[in-house]
Amino acid sequence: MNFNLTKTQELFRQMIREFADKEVKPLAAEVDEQERFPQETVEKMAKLGLFGIPLEKEYGGAGGDNLMYTIAVEELSRACATTGVILSAHTSLCLSPIAQFGTEEQKRKYLPKLASGEWLGAFGLTEPNAGTDASAQQTTAVLEDEEWVLNGSKIFITNGGKAHVYVIIAMTDKSLGNKGISAFIVEAGTPGFEIGKKELKMGIRGSATTELIFTNCRIPKGNLLGKVGNGFAIAMKTLDGGRIGIAAQALGIAQGAMDETVKYTKERKQFGKAIGKFQNTQFQMADLQTKVQAARLLVRSAAFKKDQGVPYSADAAMAKLFAAETAMEVTTKAVQFHGGYGYTREYPVERMMRDAKITEIYEGTSEVQRMVIAANLYK
Amino acid sequence: MEIVVCIKQVPDTTEIKINPVTGTLIRDGVPSIMNPDDKGGLEMALRMKDEYGAHVTVITMGPPQADLVLREALAMGADDAILLTDRKFAGADTLATSNALAGALRTLKWDLIITGRQAIDGDTAQVGPQIAEHLGIPQISYVANLARKSENEFLVKKETEEGYQMLEVSAPCLLTVLASANKARYMSVPGIVDAYNKEVQLWSAAMIDVDETKLGLKGSPTKVLKAFAKGMKQAGQVYEVEPEEAVGLIISKLQEKFII
Repeated sequence: MNFNLTKTQELFRQMIREFADKEVKPLAAEVDEQERFPQETVEKMAKLGLFGIPLEKEYGGAGGDNLMYTIAVEELSRACATTGVILSAHTSLCLSPIAQFGTEEQKRKYLPKLASGEWLGAFGLTEPNAGTDASAQQTTAVLEDEEWVLNGSKIFITNGGKAHVYVIIAMTDKSLGNKGISAFIVEAGTPGFEIGKKELKMGIRGSATTELIFTNCRIPKGNLLGKVGNGFAIAMKTLDGGRIGIAAQALGIAQGAMDETVKYTKERKQFGKAIGKFQNTQFQMADLQTKVQAARLLVRSAAFKKDQGVPYSADAAMAKLFAAETAMEVTTKAVQFHGGYGYTREYPVERMMRDAKITEIYEGTSEVQRMVIAANLYK
Repeated sequence: MEIVVCIKQVPDTTEIKINPVTGTLIRDGVPSIMNPDDKGGLEMALRMKDEYGAHVTVITMGPPQADLVLREALAMGADDAILLTDRKFAGADTLATSNALAGALRTLKWDLIITGRQAIDGDTAQVGPQIAEHLGIPQISYVANLARKSENEFLVKKETEEGYQMLEVSAPCLLTVLASANKARYMSVPGIVDAYNKEVQLWSAAMIDVDETKLGLKGSPTKVLKAFAKGMKQAGQVYEVEPEEAVGLIISKLQEKFII
């Protein structure tokens, strides 16, 4: 058992923290305020190879591991949660399922461009009537003249409109229930595939969250991902990996709020001394940092298990559940420590509090995480 | 084109505190970084590599921990890395350091040697120029820009206190580079993954071409008599007066202090 990062992971952490501090943090408030997708940051990230961290070199990846990937999402989110989720959705929800379930031809076609960042990735599972009950898919895919014809719509899709490659889940045979669901690869610009309404959100406001609309959208037969009927299993396995990414995002938000609060409580004086000198502050901060560190260990342990190729579904659920709830608690208290100033947009903690909330909701709500953890207990 | 870049691992002086009682540096917990001017020099070399296909070797003298800055250089895109590490190098001042580096450089091939202008822990700006003297090659210090004119001729923009000089120089030569010359690139992710798969060559004093009496403490004529924290200056006095009156005021203040 060894809790140290490897030398490679440590060197990576040094780079990504510097990148986040110098390139990402200065834009965080503006990206939030203007609800602007940080395209310039995405281009810089692409240049460094951040969009293919855990992918094998053979397919154009960096040949790193999932632990490095979680460090990247954590450090980016510590500065800007919007930037963190752009990387997380791309890597966990598009690059990874194509790498894991794609044919050799699909891998050769899509992975190098996804890993280089030339193409951004997204994932479409959620529908107006299929949220936590993901099996209630109403988007359909029918095989017709050697082409799959997609009809229906997806909502709340991260990187929507910005991505070039979408992994889309659709019903191919309703009579089979979960076993009648399949996964597909759909490229932006395919006739019949449109980007719908862009959501106006509470947090992660720079991240593009849109509707995807399919109207007799015809894609080649070869764009089926995995086997017919395996779509639900692919989606669930994809979300297992995604949860580690979102857990890392929540962890980064929490650590970012801790850092801001330590700085503020050292400087802010009331009753003749820095508020950080009061034991009430210190004890609360000690409890919060303990939770943040516990979340970090859960995130890294889940990523480590994924890297080792052992089952990690419950670990990912625990990491996400705990990190998300910690992020919400830490950011709420961070605003409280900042008092009236914390409620203003002059300080970043109110943004962090708004950003934290989504981590308890997307890629499986905290309730879903509890279902996954409990199912693992009572199997 | 063969380029050798000399780099140094230094404490991040922006994070250093000084013990007010003893006047010594508190180095505990202070991160070590690649010296900023050296990083500017490495970036200059890597841009030559990007444009013309140069082979870039990085070299440093230091304790085994200095391996880290070499790994960082490899992750940025350097091809080879050499660590001069030996107890015989310990206690070196700038002269002994430049002797060791020149000794190593004599055993290597190069068209360009690049160093940083100066290191943030010593601020002497001596090592680069001394290396050029030991090797008997031309040098240009305070380099702000480098362009290639032909196969072995370069156009160099040198910063001076008054402005810039545009100079031409033929290889082989040595340049000392400013951090402000360019924005150094970040380590790339594939570069980081490979950095620890590459070899950092460990060279001892016996492996370089130098008279061993010129190394380490023995070869260092500099003696540090005292280190102390600079006292804080007192807040000045502000006079808000008309220019005519100000002239008289300044003259009388200078006379008070016997400066004029």
